[in-house]
Amino acid sequence: MLHFIQTLISGLSLGSIYALIALGYTMVYGIAKMLNFAHGDVIMIGAYAGIVTVMSLGLPPVIAIILSIVICAVLGMLIEFLAYKPLRSAPSLSVLITAIGVSYFLQNIALLIFGSQQRAYPTIADFPTYNIGGIQIDGITILTLAVTAVIMIALTLFINKTKLGKAMRAVSEDKAAASLMGISVNRTITMTFAIGSALAAFASIFYGMTYVYIKPTTGAMPGIKAFTAAVFGGIGSIPGAMLGGILLGLIEQFSKTYISTLWADAIVFGVLVVVLVVKPTGLLGKQMSEKV
Amino acid sequence: MKKKKNLNFLTLILVIAAYAVVAFLLYSGGLKRQISNMLIPISVYIVLAVSLNLVVGLLGELSLGHAGFMSVGIFSGCLVSIALEPYLPMVARLPLCMIIGGLVAAFFGFLVGLPALRLKGDYLAIVTLACGEIIKNVITNLKLTGGALGLNTGSIYSAPKQLLPYAIVLVLLTTIVMMNLKNSKQGRAIMAIRDNRIAAESIGLNVTRFKLVVFMIAAFFAGAAGTLYGHFFANVKAASFDYNMSIEILVIVVLGGMGSVPGSIIAAIILVALPEAMRSFADYRMLLYAIVLILVMLARNSAGMKNLLERIKPTKLINRLAKKQVQEKEGA
Repeated sequence: MLHFIQTLISGLSLGSIYALIALGYTMVYGIAKMLNFAHGDVIMIGAYAGIVTVMSLGLPPVIAIILSIVICAVLGMLIEFLAYKPLRSAPSLSVLITAIGVSYFLQNIALLIFGSQQRAYPTIADFPTYNIGGIQIDGITILTLAVTAVIMIALTLFINKTKLGKAMRAVSEDKAAASLMGISVNRTITMTFAIGSALAAFASIFYGMTYVYIKPTTGAMPGIKAFTAAVFGGIGSIPGAMLGGILLGLIEQFSKTYISTLWADAIVFGVLVVVLVVKPTGLLGKQMSEKV
Repeated sequence: MKKKKNLNFLTLILVIAAYAVVAFLLYSGGLKRQISNMLIPISVYIVLAVSLNLVVGLLGELSLGHAGFMSVGIFSGCLVSIALEPYLPMVARLPLCMIIGGLVAAFFGFLVGLPALRLKGDYLAIVTLACGEIIKNVITNLKLTGGALGLNTGSIYSAPKQLLPYAIVLVLLTTIVMMNLKNSKQGRAIMAIRDNRIAAESIGLNVTRFKLVVFMIAAFFAGAAGTLYGHFFANVKAASFDYNMSIEILVIVVLGGMGSVPGSIIAAIILVALPEAMRSFADYRMLLYAIVLILVMLARNSAGMKNLLERIKPTKLINRLAKKQVQEKEGA
């Protein structure tokens, strides 16, 4: 039983990281109708930003966190401006190939700058390990869960209550109608990329603190898995991404503990295939009919 | 149409001629070791690129699991080859194993394609990627395929000199199949599905069946090429045929031009030979691939880039300069 609860907690922590990344995928997909393959690599850049600011520049952790959020947000907007904006009306195959190109570009730039060796993520703050009735809980795990919960509530409020959030929903519903209502479609899409990438920065901080070691390819696997989570929950749906992320984290952690570490990845991707075949719209996704 | 057929014919003739020259040099001993070692990888990548082009260029769907099918071909074909090695000479064994490797890969193509092809666009890409990773994961964990240490193929290893004839036949076969398919009734049906699925469906084309067949043909050739490639090494690991390799093949297809067979062949030769020829360039290889992917897509689709390219076209520049001179003269 203790074992089970321990797995549950680490699964929730992993799931929260996936959920944060999945939110970025789902928001961009909802608005720009494109799969931003480079999203996972933004996380990797965010993690390196944390390493450089703390280790090399010796800045205090709070400033490092703010800086890595800013860097990720700017990077997201830059990618959108340079690579995706010119392709707004291009076929989705071309956009997807471009996104793969951007992902590769980021990975290889990081490889050239930081080398292929893994670097340790700095300890931003020391957290005690709590022991509750024999269950070990890391302070980082609690922080991850708490911050993720706050971010999700804030994001839901932002999407539903603010003017910009409403604009985002309008653009994702119907671009042409939204622009007739005086919403700047381009600016809204840029803002979405910025917010999604800022969330990726949060994910990078928690990822770095939990798993410590960062390589240029660090972002690829969590990125693909978080996309799986977004599809699992129903792509384009924000509560779906949260639910999908947490479920996927639980599935991965439980299969690692109870089945085999070696097969965990195959099981996670197997889940994706099954979900897409049984219910392509995901758990909370809307059924879209095709117009001729 | 006639022009197209001529181009196809020309490509075939050129490929045959190139192979004839290379084979002559190889067997007369006039080829450097470095170059003769590149012949098999180049041939394998040509087959992979042309077969992926079938899916990406002709069908218009993005498959990111091509290396997975290749991997299936490598391991199934090589396992059979190792088992048959004491009984059959290479002339009979290798073609048989390539066919077996291809068929097993095609079967996996069927298994993956059946659920995946019901999906569209981005979803299909992600599912093929996931399936490629599952295949890699399973092969790495099976005892039969040597686990994480890889399969020892030392007993069936063959030198480039022995493998070249089979590689030539495979490349020619793939090229011919792809070209004929493009110009056939079925090929036009596939392209109709690519250009407008709903319209194609409404005139009675069985979209899923066509997609599945294309997917299986592509997987077959990837598997056959994989078996050949396995014979080129003394040890094969599933981990090296991952998502990155699928992307590499995709880069070849995109660079050569989606849907173009000669393009894929030329791009495969360049992209395999270039890093070998310039060792110092190897570090920047993947970075360059990424930039190529982005720029080709921007050049194809963005109006701004198209204008820019038109402007810097040499002939246009000359015309503009000439016009300017005429205007200046008239002004004077």
